Amino acid sequence: MSVLLAAPKKMIELTVDGEVVRVFEGSTILDACRMLGNEQPTLCYGDTLTPVNVCRVCVVEVEGARTLVPSCSRKVEAGMVVLTDSERVRTSRRLVMELLGSSVDLSTAPDALAYIEQYDAKPDRFGPDAATVVQDVKVDNDLYVRDYSKCILCYKCVSACGEDHQNTFAIAVAGRGFDAHISTELDVTLPESACVYCGNCIAVCPTGALMSVPEYEKRQAGTWDAENETVVSTVCPYCGVGCNLELHVQDNEIVNVTSPHDHDVTEGNLCIKGRFGYQYVQNRR
Amino acid sequence: MPDLRLLNAEPSDAERIAIDAVLGAGNGANNRTARDDRTKRHLLLPALRAAQQRVGWVSEGALGYASRRLAVPPAEAYGVASFYALIALEEQPADVTHVCTDLSCMLKGATVPEGAHPSPCLGLCERAPASYRTIAGEQPVEEQIPAVGPPLPQAGQSGLRLLRRIAAGVDPESIDAYIQTGGFESLRHARELGPEAVLREVTESRLLGRGGAAFPTGVKWEAVAKQQALPHYIVCNADESEPGTFKDRVLMEQDPFALIESMAIAALATGSSHGFIYVRAEYPLAHRRLQNAIDLARSRGFLEGFDIELRIGAGAYVCGEETALFQSIEGFRGEPRNKPPFPVEVGLFGKPTAVNNVETLFNVLEVVTDGGEAFSGIGTKDSTGTRLFCLSGAVARPGLYELPFGATLRELLDLAGAERPKAVLLGGAAGAFVGPDLLDIRLTYEDTREAGVTLGSGVVIVYDESADLVGALLRIAEFFRDESCGQCVPCRVGTVRQEEALKRLAAGRAHEDELQTLAELAQVMQDASICGLGQTAANAVASAIVNLKVFAA
Repeated sequence: MSVLLAAPKKMIELTVDGEVVRVFEGSTILDACRMLGNEQPTLCYGDTLTPVNVCRVCVVEVEGARTLVPSCSRKVEAGMVVLTDSERVRTSRRLVMELLGSSVDLSTAPDALAYIEQYDAKPDRFGPDAATVVQDVKVDNDLYVRDYSKCILCYKCVSACGEDHQNTFAIAVAGRGFDAHISTELDVTLPESACVYCGNCIAVCPTGALMSVPEYEKRQAGTWDAENETVVSTVCPYCGVGCNLELHVQDNEIVNVTSPHDHDVTEGNLCIKGRFGYQYVQNRR
Repeated sequence: MPDLRLLNAEPSDAERIAIDAVLGAGNGANNRTARDDRTKRHLLLPALRAAQQRVGWVSEGALGYASRRLAVPPAEAYGVASFYALIALEEQPADVTHVCTDLSCMLKGATVPEGAHPSPCLGLCERAPASYRTIAGEQPVEEQIPAVGPPLPQAGQSGLRLLRRIAAGVDPESIDAYIQTGGFESLRHARELGPEAVLREVTESRLLGRGGAAFPTGVKWEAVAKQQALPHYIVCNADESEPGTFKDRVLMEQDPFALIESMAIAALATGSSHGFIYVRAEYPLAHRRLQNAIDLARSRGFLEGFDIELRIGAGAYVCGEETALFQSIEGFRGEPRNKPPFPVEVGLFGKPTAVNNVETLFNVLEVVTDGGEAFSGIGTKDSTGTRLFCLSGAVARPGLYELPFGATLRELLDLAGAERPKAVLLGGAAGAFVGPDLLDIRLTYEDTREAGVTLGSGVVIVYDESADLVGALLRIAEFFRDESCGQCVPCRVGTVRQEEALKRLAAGRAHEDELQTLAELAQVMQDASICGLGQTAANAVASAIVNLKVFAA
């Protein structure tokens, strides 16, 4: 006797840039694009996070739709005809990058810089007086810094701190409009907040607005050397959960610790010990 | 249960009492959250508002107490509080005046005295210049200034439908006066007909939504009625904040029972047991009269099997966007959700929800009384019924007008006494400017759509020869920059760049290609923003450049 665990998933057929593709019902347009090897630009999308579709860089044209739609969250429908590289799409993506590039410091945001190039965006078109989010770096603890001059407000850190991963809710979006920003309650320092220093926010930040202290200090000192970085896989030694670790090493020193997103225990998340408790490894007395 | 770390400051006794009055008494010395309170996040904004009304601002103690009582993480409570313009997070005097500096009041020479706050449109355009004053205290005062406006221009005229009772001066606080003038007859009739027949009549009437989007009401209601998920909700969108709009305020202030009655009919048709009316904070008279109407209707048994709750905003235009309105009621930041899914499937509290504008609901009473077919005989083929228009600016008789669809803009302007307008703003800040060449346009959905303009929420602001149109455009750009929720990039940054470009143009320091930049911003904000706010934030500016050639060399 067989037991049906779940209803079999229906396949949905759609067309992306003229190519027919079949994906499971419930997939997004982005999933369908990826099936075809047709990668879309994304900034606020995270493979382990619920899509918030706020950056609008992944918008595509869907035949019959009044506006462009975010491919990261829009579910496929049978017969959908999707264009990912039309003039309309390219114009929107280019201008979105110009709006971001003219208001935010993207110097440590590799993906964003690549999209600026890809779409031939000219962030300086708005002139030297264009308003920006420039502000002082927040250094209020020993583990990580927050440089909101680099924040594109993708909400990923909020999702990671809150419902999607950590359930700590130390940070949220506050304010409104161009003044909207990531903040603790009443902008208290991290040590005064609910932060547990898991660093899962750093792991999802796409722009380097959140950065470990070692990385921040090396960048300040001009000794950051991403090109010669090596990554060592290991297992966290602290408890019995068995989180996979990736030790990012520069000049024989651990500079960051991450966990692979496809690791079914962590989904890329760690706790304070796994992420920051590695000093004993390099205690060279 | 989130891992809560709580703000240390304690509320004052006054703050605690004010918040407890909304949430019910707390469990005393034990600071742990009562289990029941954990699902009450939707009371966060009412709690914050209570503290604000009591002491004039939301202190750390009050914010902490509200989050503790409702098990809302303090960072999120702060995110919510800092979203709303009328929640102050820094101490301020108890007596605060908000002076409208928006389009209609600008035309009447509004100035902001020292100590007062400039404000977006307060919906008092027919009595411009206007302001809104709040005095915190044990007996908080909220008042609209001036307290009364000019009389209804069509008062005493026959043939009015939506404004019938208002034109006749029926006492808006007396349920008996309402009943004596035909009140609750439509509800009685609807109950005789039953839900399916009511749905049929509304569909046959071809009534389109009056909030701005012109969606067919019957289609919306049927979609909610057939949803399996329960409960279903009815939400009345009374967050009227489109600059130049005051129609819903007049209806709620002067004929509040009609809204309650129409919501009861909507509930019957859609199978809803609970309704919310979300009214903007700046309408204190409407709050009082609606609450009075709800209480009286309930006590007289007109709300059997259905109840209505009044929810009050806190200064955020975007909360008039239906999904932002849900977020606001649920106790979150008023950030619009992505659609689909649409509210008829996933709406308030994730349940099927019919959201209707106040004026739309008023029309339902006519539909049920006269029948859908008779209703559809009024107006034009594609725009059935009558329409309310909010006249302000350079007109001799500003105020609310009701005309059957099909009247021309010129006829309406003649009624209101507008002499030789230079331009007219149709549909509000999210609408479009038209020049004198378009005065013979028929004010219908189809004619305006064809002309590339919109009726929107029925705004008609008249600009005469002396008016400063560039100043109006700058005010519109400022409005959208201020009211953008900040969620998506095209709107958050685009509204800033639009304002910057307009300022340069106004000052004669325009970059090369500035108009091209504005046009491209307009296209992308419309194409790539999440919600209607961003999608329409460049409409009026673009229309002024194209239709009025405002910046033509």
